[in-house]
Amino acid sequence: MSSPEPAVHHHGPPQSFIRKYIFSLDHKVIGKQYYGLALIAVLAGLILSWLMRIHLGWQAAAIPLLGKLSPTGAPGNVMTPDYYLSLMTMHATLMIFFVLTTAPFAAFGNYLLPIQVGAEDMAFPRFNMMSFWVTFVAFVVLILSFFVGDGPPLAGWTSYAPLSSVGGVAGPGQGTGQTLWAVSIAIFCIGQLLGSLNFITTTLDLRTKGMSLARMPLSTWGWFVTSVIALLAFAALLPACVLLILDRTAGTSFFSSAGLVVNDQVLPHSGGSPLLWQHLFWFFGHPEVYIAILPGFGIISTVLPAFARKRILSSRAVIGCMVSIGFLSYMVWGHHMFVSGMNPFSAVLFSLPTLIITIPATIMVLLWLGTLYGARMRYTASALFSVGFISVFITGGLSGFFLAQPSLDTYLHATYFVVAHFHFVMALAAMFGIFAGTYFWFPKMFGRMMNETLGKWHFWLTFIGVYCVFMPMHYLGLAGNVRRYAAFTDNYLAPLIPLHRFISISAFFVGAAQLIFFFNLFWSRFWGAKATDNPWEATTLEWSTTSPPPFDNFGGRHLVVYHGPEEYGVDSDTLEYVMQTAPEQIKTT
Amino acid sequence: MASTTKVPPQRQIAPDLTSDGQRMGGSELRGRSRSAAVGVAQNALPAETGIWVAVAAISMSFASLISALIVRQGVAPDWLHFQLPRMLYLNTAILLASSVTLEICRHEFDLRPDFNGEESRGDEAAARAFPWLCATMALGLFFVLGQVMAWRDLAAKGLFLSSSPSSSFFYVLTALHGLHLLGGVAGLAYVLYRFRPNADPQQRGVLGVASVYWHFMDGLWVFLLVILAART
Ligand code: HEM
Ligand SMILES: [Cu+2]
Repeated sequence: MSSPEPAVHHHGPPQSFIRKYIFSLDHKVIGKQYYGLALIAVLAGLILSWLMRIHLGWQAAAIPLLGKLSPTGAPGNVMTPDYYLSLMTMHATLMIFFVLTTAPFAAFGNYLLPIQVGAEDMAFPRFNMMSFWVTFVAFVVLILSFFVGDGPPLAGWTSYAPLSSVGGVAGPGQGTGQTLWAVSIAIFCIGQLLGSLNFITTTLDLRTKGMSLARMPLSTWGWFVTSVIALLAFAALLPACVLLILDRTAGTSFFSSAGLVVNDQVLPHSGGSPLLWQHLFWFFGHPEVYIAILPGFGIISTVLPAFARKRILSSRAVIGCMVSIGFLSYMVWGHHMFVSGMNPFSAVLFSLPTLIITIPATIMVLLWLGTLYGARMRYTASALFSVGFISVFITGGLSGFFLAQPSLDTYLHATYFVVAHFHFVMALAAMFGIFAGTYFWFPKMFGRMMNETLGKWHFWLTFIGVYCVFMPMHYLGLAGNVRRYAAFTDNYLAPLIPLHRFISISAFFVGAAQLIFFFNLFWSRFWGAKATDNPWEATTLEWSTTSPPPFDNFGGRHLVVYHGPEEYGVDSDTLEYVMQTAPEQIKTT
Repeated sequence: MASTTKVPPQRQIAPDLTSDGQRMGGSELRGRSRSAAVGVAQNALPAETGIWVAVAAISMSFASLISALIVRQGVAPDWLHFQLPRMLYLNTAILLASSVTLEICRHEFDLRPDFNGEESRGDEAAARAFPWLCATMALGLFFVLGQVMAWRDLAAKGLFLSSSPSSSFFYVLTALHGLHLLGGVAGLAYVLYRFRPNADPQQRGVLGVASVYWHFMDGLWVFLLVILAART
């Protein structure tokens, strides 16, 4: 760049293919790259879940080609119990890190946050590019574990020590596989730290004229609060991963306790603390579940008013709830450790904030429902998924009340009840948020509309399907069905197998329903109807520019913001709306 | 290069708008005309905000390590106490000195009136500041070198990474801090690269950003030293 000149836009967009699509500095391209990565990861995660469900329903089933992938893990194409755990670990790691963190937060946030605050790009485009490519490397490292040694690790996404910290002696996949896992997550932390740095700085520094914090769309608030949580959470996990890697490779004893005898082998470690890992992990882990869901809160709070054609009941209350949830999320991690052997008194201490955190969550749900009340809803696919989000979030939140009480959790811990809880409240809610966001912003991102009919089919099949899959898991858990078991051969579990088969069949059904989505996505990308600049008659800044937006987002214009983000139904008879950039006054109703 | 980048983002903060009237004041407020407040287009660097965000993240990482250290010392009787290598105190002095030289550098870089009451020129300021910047980087490198020597000292006594949890934490904390400090040296090198004859406020901003980081690394080290001295 030449000497300091006034900031003008005579620099055109990059011309070379590599600069434009691969190592791009443009936040919009980076957002799409993140979305693409999430798509690949979700496909892999989905296939893994199918494999698991096949095995859980039909223990002896031979799965074609599985033996090819891992001759030791699936001799004769039937998976071993160990390999089941490997697949489960990979399923969870892919989904939580590479789908639920990347899609709602990194992908949509990257694409939309700068536009919604009226900036040309992120504050540090170069860091932004690095953020994606570092995350991509983390993904490759993780996937590599399928092809080395005896496959992926089997310690679950929580990788509890000492199983995860003592090395290959602990079981198949616990050698190279587990090391790759730890390295991958450490790299992932770095990628997300760079991303959060950008999100926070951009929100604070690059808002356009008139875009006060109070006028920021709630989706931007969601990404902003998420980035603050992510900054601290990944900063805490990163050193924990370093210590884990050292325990595994350098003979230290941070987490590996003394006198361990594993598979008839005496291990040399001295006095490490497995509980220490749990504390470090969950100090990150609970905030992480909010990293997955908070962008969803924001997306829903932006999408719902656009289709309800009215304001959200109180956007300030929504912001307050998101901020207090973010804050509280750092005080509850011990609720994952009620039965870990930690002091029962601290269980009470963790139980209390856990119950308190349900208050802002409940307020927010009520605000959404209140917004729906009496609205003349435009039921598009995006709106359907937003309403579906509320449904699954409530369902999952309710089981949280039970788990939050140590006396109940002692029984429910590590059963399918927990599996049902977190799939509803985190996995499904976040996925519904992603779908709502995709149907909503696809026209902006690609300049074409998605097919609404397919979208509605996708919603209804998915919505019914996921309830069939996860609702029965509550009963499994109450019946004492432990999670992370590859087979249910005990007397008391055998009667539950038919229910497992029902769940499996439902799971295949849900997975198949996603094919509709994939088809819609790719078909619309090329052959969808051309999108106008503002197809949903929404008000936020991204709808003030073309679909898709030009390289610098607003074609050299410097937007000025005059209104809050939800001036819908200003005149309640005509469903009029006022763009954030519209200078006119709003009629007093 | 130039043709592929957008203009560096400028800070455009709008002061919090009171005329916002976001429905908080009811319909009469909504009826008011709302002009967009004029944003003060400060010509500041986003990095000035970003660096504090980075400081927060790094603090969190080290807080997590320190809490691990405290917990780990408490859970098992295998914690070896050892004398910290003397070297560390010399290193500390070197690092503190580097903060001083950096401040001198910043001071020299200030455009200030000279004897005749004329503003000194940017290139003169840069020329004055330049040696101090180099001195800071050199001291930083000396510090890292000194840390490596402290390691060798410990190793000579038979204390390795895996000898005891105390030595494990010692090596991990010093290594991670050292890496971060090298990052700071790289940052200063970048400032050096940006020092060009005509010193404009942007370069001064970059220097300020780098020095926030540098002083933070300095303070962090003193904190770590106190912890290590008390615990190992
Ligand atoms: C209504 C508020 C909530 C309460 C009271 C609550 C409570 C709990 C408790 C006590 C557990 C531990 C159960 C056990 O392992 O024995 C748990 C697990 C879990 N929760 Fe929640 N939760 C709430 C909301 C959420 C939200 C909003 C998310 C995600 C967005 C979430 C995600 C998870 C996950 C992923 C797990 C399982 C972790 C694992 O073991 O792998 N929860 N929840
Ligand atoms: Cu939790």
